[in-house]
Amino acid sequence: MTKLFSLLAAAGIAVSLQPVSAGEITGTVTLNGTPPAEIPITPLKDDPTCGKMYTAMPTTHFYVVGPNKGLGDVVVMLKGISGKSTGASAPPVVLDQKGCLYEPQILAIQTSQKLIVKNSDPVLHNVHDTPTASGNKEYNQAQMPGSPDLTFTFPEAENFLRFKCDVHPWMFAWVTIVDHPYFAVTDKDGNFKIGNVPPGRYTITALHRKAAPDGVDKEIEVKDGEPVKVDFTITLK
Amino acid sequence: MRLAAICFSHMPSHPLLSGPANSPWRHRFAVLTALATLLLIGMGGLVTSNEAGMSVPDWPTSNGYNMFALPIKFWKGGIFYEHTHRLWASLVGVLVVALTRWLGGRASRRPLAIIGLAEVLAGCGIFLLWPNLRATGHFLTGIGGVVLLAALVWARNAPPKPPLVQLGWLAFALVQFQGLLGGLRVVLFDSEIGIFHAALAQLFFVLLCVIALLTSKWWQNGNIKHRTPNIEHRIVSQATEPRSFDVRCSMFSVRYFPNALFLFATGLIFLQLVLGATMRHQHAGLAIPDFPLAYGRIWPATDAASVASYNEHRMELTAANPITAFQIDLQMAHRVVAVLILAAVIGCSWSAFRNFTWRSPLTKLAALWLGLILVQVALGAATIWSKKAADIATAHVLVGAVSLAAGALSCIICFRNPEPARAVVVSPAGAGGPASRSFAAKTAPAQ
Repeated sequence: MTKLFSLLAAAGIAVSLQPVSAGEITGTVTLNGTPPAEIPITPLKDDPTCGKMYTAMPTTHFYVVGPNKGLGDVVVMLKGISGKSTGASAPPVVLDQKGCLYEPQILAIQTSQKLIVKNSDPVLHNVHDTPTASGNKEYNQAQMPGSPDLTFTFPEAENFLRFKCDVHPWMFAWVTIVDHPYFAVTDKDGNFKIGNVPPGRYTITALHRKAAPDGVDKEIEVKDGEPVKVDFTITLK
Repeated sequence: MRLAAICFSHMPSHPLLSGPANSPWRHRFAVLTALATLLLIGMGGLVTSNEAGMSVPDWPTSNGYNMFALPIKFWKGGIFYEHTHRLWASLVGVLVVALTRWLGGRASRRPLAIIGLAEVLAGCGIFLLWPNLRATGHFLTGIGGVVLLAALVWARNAPPKPPLVQLGWLAFALVQFQGLLGGLRVVLFDSEIGIFHAALAQLFFVLLCVIALLTSKWWQNGNIKHRTPNIEHRIVSQATEPRSFDVRCSMFSVRYFPNALFLFATGLIFLQLVLGATMRHQHAGLAIPDFPLAYGRIWPATDAASVASYNEHRMELTAANPITAFQIDLQMAHRVVAVLILAAVIGCSWSAFRNFTWRSPLTKLAALWLGLILVQVALGAATIWSKKAADIATAHVLVGAVSLAAGALSCIICFRNPEPARAVVVSPAGAGGPASRSFAAKTAPAQ
């Protein structure tokens, strides 16, 4: 009997410690329409140093579309939330320069979260961010092969802040900076998952660099501990 | 326009037109400097065409090295275009300092020495007082050293006429300002400075072409000689060319219209170059990907939905910004102005052909000008059809610069003698030669 009470008490404590107030948002972003064909990055293949890293012709990947029309590289995030960033204590995110391309090309971080830019290539790159939000600062730094990583932080939210290499102008990446932790980037099949969302009514938006730069919005309600499923369809005009 | 004619009408009495005594080597050096500047504009075109303007993030150092000591192993990709542009700009700077000295003669020695010394001292002061600005201090000291060196050589120059001296000093000031603008564009991340840098480069090239023209034997021994302060001009026709160019140029000035047209066309070309520089420095690639239509229409839609659709379907190789309605309008304005320029230059050529013989320098220059504009139109179309291939886009910039210079020189030649009513025409052997008869026939009232 004592054991039973002990078990029940432990279970009660465990349940009470669960973040019952947090919900999880999952879903899929689908592309409606036929995207334009990706184009070969001929200057990369023709570059005497970078070209050696490729046997086949590399191509752009603006539209990452899965077999079921799931659209990758879409930033999904809650709108209208600010000042909730946990970026200062969040683990850093890595943006690598590999094969004379940025990897990944699309990513999202929080304000004040560290973004580590690595150079895994045997060539010099210059890392040049070009923010549009006034609070974020533009930098342009040369990064020799094997030199230490560069660290960036951005204090202001901004969609698709561009990083580029002017030495190799086909190299670019887009970093979305969010002022809270409730966001995700879709995988190659268009799936996403946002965890630990407090209960409430929200507007959730899906942003694609090409097909939906201003976002496609939906209204959702997150209830205590209940998963919410939201699917988006981005239609090409 | 009448105001412009009045302004230029004072030119014959200005020493600029008679100029200093012939100095063929000075003229050749001016031509060399102008050609070096044209090449520099081409190299600048390659920088923007290859989106390489920021590939060397620092200035006046290059990737932390002294600009002149950057190891060749780093001259790759965009760095090659940007760094060679910087080095060639330095060479042009040295040429312009030398040209200033050559044009300024003995009198330029003292001011050049003062400027050079001031720059050396300022450079030394900077790297002694602010260690973090050591590279800037070295660079300024180097510039001062070149200026100081120029002050110390060629002490026996013949004294030149003042206006050419002033043009030399203007070039001296502009080349340093232009270098500063190029550097500030890099360190301040400001594309608008880049637009100004590009537009000023075109004017600087025109200035050097004007200096080359005014130092030429052809200009200094020209057919028009000012005889009295403000009443008469003696127009000496060449025995080999009975229908003297200068006489005909006077005829132009009587009517004003062709002069105005030359000036109008040249102004349009400069406007066009500014539009082009603005388009290039938007870093948005081709705002309209087709030609002669624009997104399949005569005038493209620029509402928000249409622009969003254009961006969805653009597949660019570089980190181009998304296009905006403004950029589409800008390219359409560029196309419209191109048509206006073509019409204006056809008008200029037609006027020259009607009023001059084919042997007249102005007719030849106008024909060359028209040829340049036709090539320029073809290059503009090719820039779009080639998806803004760097070499074609750069050729477009270069021909634009030469077209502007051709227009400016045509204007100067055409405005040379705008007071034909007071002209007295004489042949080399005296009055009554074929040229004077021709002129008289044109100006005499019908009887």
